[in-house]
Amino acid sequence: MQEGEEDQADAWFRALSDRTRRDILRRALAEEQSVSALARNYPISLTAVQKHVAALERAGLLRRRRSGRETLARADVDGLRAAARLLEELERRGREHIDRIDELLDSEGE
Amino acid sequence: MPVTDITHDLDARTITITARFAAPVERIWQIYADPRQLEQVWGPEGYPATVVDHDLRPGGLVTYYMTGPEGERFPGYWKVLEVDEPRSFSYEDGFAHEDFTPNTELPVSTCVSTFTADGDGTRAVYVTTFADREGLQTVLDMGVEEGTRSAMNQIDALIA
Repeated sequence: MQEGEEDQADAWFRALSDRTRRDILRRALAEEQSVSALARNYPISLTAVQKHVAALERAGLLRRRRSGRETLARADVDGLRAAARLLEELERRGREHIDRIDELLDSEGE
Repeated sequence: MPVTDITHDLDARTITITARFAAPVERIWQIYADPRQLEQVWGPEGYPATVVDHDLRPGGLVTYYMTGPEGERFPGYWKVLEVDEPRSFSYEDGFAHEDFTPNTELPVSTCVSTFTADGDGTRAVYVTTFADREGLQTVLDMGVEEGTRSAMNQIDALIA
């Protein structure tokens, strides 16, 4: 794993470790949401919601754009796919480990 | 291919990989018990592992680094939990700092490796349980299926 990818993974885990951020992401995955509309779903301030949205954006899981007086947020599908690839990477490492053991045993049999 | 099965259990946050090796249980155990053999089988392709400390006893630490194509080092560690030689051992797997002290900022998984005799070979079961971080759960749930619709349903189920 490249160092940049590791940093990225760290950012994902941090961004997703919060229940409100996961809920924001879920809503922004269904459809683009204005940040002010998102904020009405939670018993926290608009500023706090803006911070959560910014954290998700830094992690590459969500994108923001301005539309008039509103900030719109939508989930970044590519970012989510990248997170899924991390999982595949973990599985691949397991497979490789097992293949290496098999090779080591094979080399002894010869 | 020695891998015989891979299953994901999202509720338990585990990936279970089952393999069959053409060698007895004791021989498989030796690979983990010997740092020079372990480093031959650890680390992804292109990232050879070097085992530094190796104390395969409960509470012991196994530290290693993987060397990337540019010579960069990626240190990691195992914190050994339980050992039942030669049948099973478990450990926490994580990233380490340059001096091999555990980096608890990054996610840690817990791995249980179990070896049982299977005819003249060994059936090995590797169960990896991901860190008890809700974020990792979410990543797992998102990773199961292609497509945003199914990912959304997964997250819905998670949050409901």
